[in-house]
Amino acid sequence: MSGRIHSIETFGTVDGPGVRFVIFVQGCPMRCAYCHNPDTWPMTGGKLMEVSELIAEYKRNESFYHGGGITVTGGEPLMQVDFLIELFTEAKKEGIHTCIDTSGIAFNKENKAFIEKLDVLMPLTDLVMLDIKHIDPQKHLELTEQKNEGILDFAQYLSDKDVPVWIRHVVVPGLTDDDEYLHKLGYFIGGLKNVKALDVLPYHTMGEAKYKNLGLEYKLAGVPAMDKNKVVEKKQVILQGIRERRNLVL
Amino acid sequence: MRPEWNDFVGGKWCEEINVRDFIQKNYTPYDGDDTFLAGATQNTKDLWAQVLDLSKKEREAGGVLDMDTKVISTITSHGPGYLDKSKETIVGFQTDKPFKRSMQPYGGIRMAEKACEDNGYKVDPEISEFFSVHRKTHNAGCFDAYNSEMRACRSSHVITGLPDAYGRGRIIGDYRRIALYGIDRLIEDKLEQKDSTGRVMTDDVIRLREEISEQIVALKMMKEMAASYGCDISRPATNVQEAIQATYFGYLSAVKEQNGAAMSLGRTSTFLDVYAQRDLANGTFTEEQIQEFVDHFIMKLRLIKFARTPEYNQLFAGDPVWVTESLAGVGIDGRHMVTKMSFRYLNTLTNLGASPEPNLTVLWSTRLPMNFKKYCAKMSIQSSSIQYENDDLMRVTHGDDYGIACCVSSMVIGKQMQFFGARANLAKCLLYSLNGGVDEVTRKQVGPKYRKVEGDVLNYDDVMEKFTDMMEWLADVYVNTLNVIHYMHDKYCYERAQMALHDRDVLRYFATGIAGLSVVTDSLSAIKYATVKPIRDEEGIIVDFETTGDFPKYGNDDDRADDIAKNLVKTFMTMIRRHHTYRDGFPTMSVLTITSNVTYGKATGNTPDGRKKGQPFAPGANPMHGRDTHGAVASLSSVAKLPFNHSQDGISNTFTIIPGALGKEDQIFASDLDIDLGLDK
Repeated sequence: MSGRIHSIETFGTVDGPGVRFVIFVQGCPMRCAYCHNPDTWPMTGGKLMEVSELIAEYKRNESFYHGGGITVTGGEPLMQVDFLIELFTEAKKEGIHTCIDTSGIAFNKENKAFIEKLDVLMPLTDLVMLDIKHIDPQKHLELTEQKNEGILDFAQYLSDKDVPVWIRHVVVPGLTDDDEYLHKLGYFIGGLKNVKALDVLPYHTMGEAKYKNLGLEYKLAGVPAMDKNKVVEKKQVILQGIRERRNLVL
Repeated sequence: MRPEWNDFVGGKWCEEINVRDFIQKNYTPYDGDDTFLAGATQNTKDLWAQVLDLSKKEREAGGVLDMDTKVISTITSHGPGYLDKSKETIVGFQTDKPFKRSMQPYGGIRMAEKACEDNGYKVDPEISEFFSVHRKTHNAGCFDAYNSEMRACRSSHVITGLPDAYGRGRIIGDYRRIALYGIDRLIEDKLEQKDSTGRVMTDDVIRLREEISEQIVALKMMKEMAASYGCDISRPATNVQEAIQATYFGYLSAVKEQNGAAMSLGRTSTFLDVYAQRDLANGTFTEEQIQEFVDHFIMKLRLIKFARTPEYNQLFAGDPVWVTESLAGVGIDGRHMVTKMSFRYLNTLTNLGASPEPNLTVLWSTRLPMNFKKYCAKMSIQSSSIQYENDDLMRVTHGDDYGIACCVSSMVIGKQMQFFGARANLAKCLLYSLNGGVDEVTRKQVGPKYRKVEGDVLNYDDVMEKFTDMMEWLADVYVNTLNVIHYMHDKYCYERAQMALHDRDVLRYFATGIAGLSVVTDSLSAIKYATVKPIRDEEGIIVDFETTGDFPKYGNDDDRADDIAKNLVKTFMTMIRRHHTYRDGFPTMSVLTITSNVTYGKATGNTPDGRKKGQPFAPGANPMHGRDTHGAVASLSSVAKLPFNHSQDGISNTFTIIPGALGKEDQIFASDLDIDLGLDK
């Protein structure tokens, strides 16, 4: 079986633990204002690659990936759930650590057929990195052109299934750095029992050039990159939310 | 045993000159972390402030603060020099004061004169006359023997960077021998060696006897030079300070007499740690004192300076000395060779700040202790000053007492040396093969008048056949040029100090090198997998190419391109091996133009891969800039396919990466949530 692949990064160090073979899939329904991979949005294009081809490419350079593994990102990996199931089935046969970097947008609790597939995929998945763009439904819609209801449901699903999760959150000045919402986000995360790490990422402007090349409007033109030191403070706000939900007094 | 060797475990090393045996019997592997390390003492800080001040003055003066124009540098030519005698625990400068560059005309008087002139000085006319009329130099010797073809190849830069006007370097004396045995014992050994030569006076025997005599002179001069600093190195060192000092005097002797392209130190840290361990156990010195000795030693190594010309600096991108020191590695008995001294050397990057010299090189193995690996990573992040090389790869060939000369040239310390041989420009050679030996830039007939390429589209098989013939010619003229160079260097600019610290019978690596590997690989791949049309000028010389269609490029873990690169390396090395080499040198090859790739590119016309005339080559074995599009692992994998057995002098890959792409900064790293929440306390 083949997947629709945008590109491969053979030396990924920021998408999961260790040095990773990162597969960027093609296609994503989200339209996040700060997305730095708008070229992965269209559901068509990219290149079809066989599972066997990808595993072989990983295996030939396996010695680089001690402590790492495969991360599928994109694009939205869960749009190609059948492909993921086959890829991870093969990966687990080889003892490879597997990770999905997802927005969770593909999840809909009414879609039983999809959930059945997820039920197959999750035992093959060592880590899910769930990127929650915004905790507030309206703000989320404005930021990504999609609702966040299914995403938060997905987080709960992962918690119920006890799948190890890293929560990711990108902090954009003026858009996702409001303390009230960050606290709410933390409060939500605090209710999940499977979160292993919180990865708070500073917004950077390196994606902007891609929009120009693609002839797309960049909605965040003029928004400065996030100060890394402030991100450390913002992370504390989220952590405080988690503590309150869990009644932790430290 | 001698009293200086009290507490050491004896062995073969007591009866024969055998530093490795001493190390293996006596060193203490260290698995701990960096918390034992001591900071800089006040004296160290004061001395370093003085150095920074002098460095500033040197920069303000245009790069050189002072030069000797009268005294020819020898081991004993200059009286002692100091920064501040009362504060220095390790002493010795190349001349009678720091930052004063010595005059070394034996490599070539014109180079010595020019180095002075370009920096606003003038060599004493008597010296100029002496080396022009009465005493021949290495450089003059080479040009006496070169034939016209060699000169043409040199001018057109199809062979470049030849050490025919400057010191060849790449010879590492076993400076540790002085510390362990003392000069007197080494002289006895050399006298025995001299007695052991054959009785029939063939050229080889005569030369060997003369060389050993020179070595003995050098050893005596070392003793005298040390005495001028108030140090007695006739006997073995009795403690770590003396051991460092004796080792340094050996190295200092070498750099007083040789302005070599790379003057490397060897592998001293684990050796010296044996002394440090004994001193710590006996209470002779504290950790702080030992670190101070190391700091002062490294400080001295940072202040090694040579008189060089702007052209030289351009070729080598700066004014490098390549004081390479090889650290760590694993022993052939399976014990790692990390000691506290390995940490202390790296700790100088904290105590004195970051620095490219000495070139601290970690011989990396997956089996190094985790604490040391972590410390290396930490110091690399902090200083960007550490070089790493693959011990697991080199140990197979060299064992556990080899060192690196320059950037990657490996050799067993005191038992092997290298005849440094610069590089052949394979990209230019490819163009010669298309144009029947005519240089695409100068239009001169440099190579042989072979049949040129005809037709409107380059045919892979046709080009490969012609290119192979042209490489065969280039290998021939290249090796023979080097034969001349090394004959003359031995004759007129012999490295007596370094060779005094070698065994009698050394293995001489006859090093060659290639430049432009990725340019040629991609060019051949373009010819094979895309359509390349040659564009000829009015004289029928191919000066440009029109390439249509895509082609696999080296650096993407694509065997179609990578196999071309592998074959090039093997093919050219095989051609090199067919030739007679001076003193039966063991032929090797390197792919390691770390800086001179810019200069080589300048002299080379348009190439079929799309590289434009004058554009730099990629450094060393690197893929061409921007053509490796599959990430670092794919890029590194392509390089890793090159066969080390056909490129034993080293394969380099210059790898630059923004810190963010190597992982997250500590503060925003996705660490364990419980730790973030404070639940671990």
